[in-house]
Amino acid sequence: MGPLIPQQIIDPAWNNLIGFLVGMCFGLILEASGFSSSRKITGVFYGYDFTVMKVFMTAVAVAMVGLLYFNYFGWIDLSLVYVNPLFLNATIVGGFIMGIGFLMGGFCPGTSFAGAAIGKIDAIVFSLGMFLGILLFSEAFPLVETLYNAGDYGGLTITEVLGISPGLFAFFFVCAMLMLFGILYYFRDKFRKIEI
Amino acid sequence: METTDRSKKYINPYLGGVLLGLLLLLTVYITGRGLGASGAVKNAVVASVNEISPAHVKHNAYYSQFISDDVNPLNNWLVFEVIGVLAGAFISGALSGRLKWKVEHQPGIRWRTRLIFAAAGGMLFGIGSQFARGCTSGAALTGSAVLAAGGILTMMMIFGTGYLFARFFRKLWV
Repeated sequence: MGPLIPQQIIDPAWNNLIGFLVGMCFGLILEASGFSSSRKITGVFYGYDFTVMKVFMTAVAVAMVGLLYFNYFGWIDLSLVYVNPLFLNATIVGGFIMGIGFLMGGFCPGTSFAGAAIGKIDAIVFSLGMFLGILLFSEAFPLVETLYNAGDYGGLTITEVLGISPGLFAFFFVCAMLMLFGILYYFRDKFRKIEI
Repeated sequence: METTDRSKKYINPYLGGVLLGLLLLLTVYITGRGLGASGAVKNAVVASVNEISPAHVKHNAYYSQFISDDVNPLNNWLVFEVIGVLAGAFISGALSGRLKWKVEHQPGIRWRTRLIFAAAGGMLFGIGSQFARGCTSGAALTGSAVLAAGGILTMMMIFGTGYLFARFFRKLWV
């Protein structure tokens, strides 16, 4: 059955409206979880607030396992689902740059929109910085084009890399996540608390 | 104070994670793609530059991938999704009494310092997300959920770099 739009079960004309509704739920969840606050987000790196890790890992696990069940029940054709292409060199460089940007800015793009929406001026400035960064990247593209295209592995999956089944990978992922949550819970009194 | 207004509290993070995971699952089921954020800013950049100089966009090997003659770059799923994010976050903030103009920063630094680093961080995130073909939403979150090697690598790089270099930016936050 699914995915619905790629198979035209839902007319692509609905694309933008669906995008808006999905975004609205996304924004509600981000803000209600506390991601409109940069200090709450960066707590994950300094040990005073682990909300980012809890929300992020739980979301990945729910969606990952959910998709495997959908596939198992024949509700979705996973071959029609977009798998982000891997450009090894560019992803390593890009991920590193984003990591530093995270520490400096305290937001990532999605959370900066959540912060901007409730009046956080630092979030608005972060978003404007992002605009400028993408502009700079595009203008300087001839200089970085080689790196940008290097190490092209296409839509490679992690289970192809590791040579294990998707179910087994999801099982390991969920186990690792639960262990991590257990550790966070066990040592909950050891972590520093700060007023945000 | 003991009597903190409960309406200002955030939801349980595990509940937030389950809701976000279900939303992502539903989004992939409907659209065959997942959530995103940085892509919308890219489209806004392309549309802006195209407004100023269409010829420049045509001749730039990067911009030109994202334009076609009949569709405006702003008429895009992700752009509408991000407008939705703004609306949804505004509603949540309004319901919880969190709507307020504010520069949030650690009391030990000046607000100007915070804004300079916010701008720099945003710039880096903008650049990095182009290299990695997505940010925390599109690459790390969605990519990991669909088992994309690129997504999982992006997640590990962003958070790994964060933990490795956190000490150098400690004064900004703690």
